[in-house]
Amino acid sequence: MTSPLLQMQGITKEFPGVKALQDVNLTVQRGEIHAICGENGAGKSTLMKVLSGVYPHGTYDGDIVYDGKVVEFKSIRDSEHAGIVIIHQELALIPELSIAENIFLGNERASRGIISWDRSNREAIELLARVGLAENPLTPVKELGVGKQQLVEIAKALSKDVKLLILDEPTAALNDDDSQHLLGLLKDLQDKGITSIMISHKLNEIEQISDAITIIRDGQTVETLAVGGQDGPVDEDRIIRGMVGRSLENRFPERTPQIGEMLFEVSGWTVKHPQDTSRTVIDDANLKVRHGEIVGIAGLMGAGRTELARSIFGRNYGSRVEGRMVIDGKEVSLRSVPAAIEAGIAYVSEDRKVLGLNLLDDIKTSISSAGLGKLRKGLTIDEGREMTVAEEYRKKMRIKTPTVTEGVNKLSGGNQQKVVLSKWMFTDPQLLILDEPTRGIDVGAKYEIYVVIQQLAAEGKGVIVISSELPELLGLCDRIYTLAEGRITHEFAREEASQEALMRYMTTKDRASHGTGRDASEVAR
Amino acid sequence: MNTLKSLLRGNARQYGMVIALAALVIFFQFQTDGVLLRPLNVTNLLTQNASILILAVGMVIVIVARHIDLSVGSVAAFTGAVGAILMSKHDVPWLLAVVICLAIGLAIGAWHGFWVAYVGIPAFIVTLASMLIFRGLTTVVLDGATVGSLPENFLKMGNGFLPNTNITLVLGALLCLLLVVLEFRERASAVKYNFDVTPAPLFYAKLVALVVVIMAFAWRLADYRGLPIVGLILFALIGIYSFVTQRTITGRHVYAIGGNVDAATMSGVRTKRIDFLVMANMGMLAALAGLVTAARLTAANPKAGTNYELDAIAAAFIGGAAVTGGVGTVVGAIIGGLVMGVLNNGMSLMGVSIDWQQTVKGLVLLAAVAFDVWNKRRTAGGGGAGAEEATPPPPTALAEELSAPAGA
Repeated sequence: MTSPLLQMQGITKEFPGVKALQDVNLTVQRGEIHAICGENGAGKSTLMKVLSGVYPHGTYDGDIVYDGKVVEFKSIRDSEHAGIVIIHQELALIPELSIAENIFLGNERASRGIISWDRSNREAIELLARVGLAENPLTPVKELGVGKQQLVEIAKALSKDVKLLILDEPTAALNDDDSQHLLGLLKDLQDKGITSIMISHKLNEIEQISDAITIIRDGQTVETLAVGGQDGPVDEDRIIRGMVGRSLENRFPERTPQIGEMLFEVSGWTVKHPQDTSRTVIDDANLKVRHGEIVGIAGLMGAGRTELARSIFGRNYGSRVEGRMVIDGKEVSLRSVPAAIEAGIAYVSEDRKVLGLNLLDDIKTSISSAGLGKLRKGLTIDEGREMTVAEEYRKKMRIKTPTVTEGVNKLSGGNQQKVVLSKWMFTDPQLLILDEPTRGIDVGAKYEIYVVIQQLAAEGKGVIVISSELPELLGLCDRIYTLAEGRITHEFAREEASQEALMRYMTTKDRASHGTGRDASEVAR
Repeated sequence: MNTLKSLLRGNARQYGMVIALAALVIFFQFQTDGVLLRPLNVTNLLTQNASILILAVGMVIVIVARHIDLSVGSVAAFTGAVGAILMSKHDVPWLLAVVICLAIGLAIGAWHGFWVAYVGIPAFIVTLASMLIFRGLTTVVLDGATVGSLPENFLKMGNGFLPNTNITLVLGALLCLLLVVLEFRERASAVKYNFDVTPAPLFYAKLVALVVVIMAFAWRLADYRGLPIVGLILFALIGIYSFVTQRTITGRHVYAIGGNVDAATMSGVRTKRIDFLVMANMGMLAALAGLVTAARLTAANPKAGTNYELDAIAAAFIGGAAVTGGVGTVVGAIIGGLVMGVLNNGMSLMGVSIDWQQTVKGLVLLAAVAFDVWNKRRTAGGGGAGAEEATPPPPTALAEELSAPAGA
């Protein structure tokens, strides 16, 4: 047996306060398709960034042995020079440029600084033929669909004499046909001796094409399974067990749910993509939340979790929203964010720096920013009361800061999140939708956020928690919906749910029978 | 002492500009053998720069809301021209003509607001178009000629003075009183909430300086012919717009959309409405500036207001506004405008040619913004990154404390 193409040995990567990777090992044999699986945040992308030189040598511990030699990549250029090309989930193509221009971007076919368009276009045609894309190389990339753009990315990789191709979630944005074409292409490239590493959440695809599967969890390698080798056939259940095999520690405060009347209900909720109205982003979703209840939404990245939440929040996302929404027994139609806030809905976004906070603001203006109407005094804002309110929340939420006039950009992630939560609590909502409320927050601050969430429920409010971390949902929620590719696939009562069961419904498109759903809601009560 | 340092650091550009303005005044006062601060020249400083300062008030709000308005010079010329035609050719009473012109300005601003807020065309493009459109229409309306013979009462908007010079001194005193009361109230509330306040000696020194400067200014004006009408208009605008931007919900929303428009949307701010209002308001202020210009020059001419937009934009940036939006104050823009005004005036008195004046103004603009960028980078390096993720407190103790109020 020949030596492996790539061995990553004992890779450890730390960010301030967080160990993203701890002693990770990855061995990729020549000519195989190697899948890497793990939950969101497990460390897959970080590992690939270490490999491709995004995090240069010296910023991590451990060795990378590539093609029999220890390598020390200082930048992406170094790794590309060695034949390692990474294709990111967010495509790095320039829409206004042509296919040929994109393929040779940064790697132009030129002599003495002058681009030879003949050579560029001729070679582009050859490359396009290799990836099975019948397009004129002069076509602007923006005129291609996502599937074809993905193929252009691969053609671009091939132009760099790729030996090891890394694909991060290559099929996440593709439909079934395009996905199959792409997987077929990977197989073709494999026959021509190109090794691939594929990160994917779609377990059926992994099962279909990979020769080996490495599972990563919490920044550590769990295991590497050789498909059809000594480990025998590997099915989805086997992978799921590896991905979630983690015990629920005592990371959640005690709580006795006091669940009351129905608070919020959407039915037949269907949302189209804002630009491409032929794409259904949320498909016929039904969702209920009672007073005092914490309801989870489990879904992988791209399943439509945030889109669902934002479409509920005053149709902040999407077009052609259809469906019924009932709050406290009254049917409502909320067509704007102010209307949603007025109706008692609050949405804490997953990206607090982009959608949650104005980083130029201080703490007190951030806290009051969604509830300024409550501070109105004649023509003006009652700044004395604004200060009192901010002080109240600083104490109540234990925001660590010398004063509430401190800029929010000076706070840590956990404290910023507390400011955002304070802001929404000040609007006195009945229903809070919390999108990834503990992302990028250390363990201690997470606990504090959990306490706040439970307290809100104890006050009779309804809380929807969207999270990628299944243990968080299991530890916090009374009921959990699973979401996959825009559909609610199942509804679990707390007792029925397990990480394995959730993961199963998060990776399937098929919907469970409606009967089960209704039962679960009753059980939760 | 620490508080003073942090106070200075946080507002370096604004304090810096006040200091720069004072230094400029002192410099030119010596260079011109005291001509700069003679009563007549102080009055001129105010009347000559009034139009730019009026525009700067609106422009800084537009810039805070992350837009720009390139059309204000042309819009000012156009409304001034329409006003002149109405008054001299159609005998429309001057007050009615003023109201009509302001309404036209508001309509032009609303037109900009429509394209910017509801169609989504960048303000740069929309107002560049208007810059051309209304410069052209000005010439059309005036038929290429200068239109004069405007009513006496209207001309007072540009050249008139308050009737009795004592009124100027009384107004100055009232302004001092108002500012002192406001400062004390602010300090009292800061003390009430246990905030760091400026040390008492410094606070009183600041108040005394404020009173001395205002009264000296009033006294100089009174020594000539009193407060110009246009000065009264300007002070009223500064007061009104400072109040709106700093104290009202609408003002807060302008800063919110400038700082992070997505976060503002998600907080329930009606961002399009704010964008619309900001642009519409700018149109109205441009009309006011146009009327003041026509009154000062006693005529409307096709070239009036040329390059006003650039001076107003420069004033806002020198006065501390951020190119990316979300930062800037009305008072800052006025100070920025005065810096440029004093530079112009002082250099003219010294006999510096107009070409060199422009060169110096350009360098000042660049230096002011460069200083701010440098200063921000310096302060950001101090606390930001290192402060991330402090050690978490023990979870259990926190839980008890947090859940206590819920149980009660």
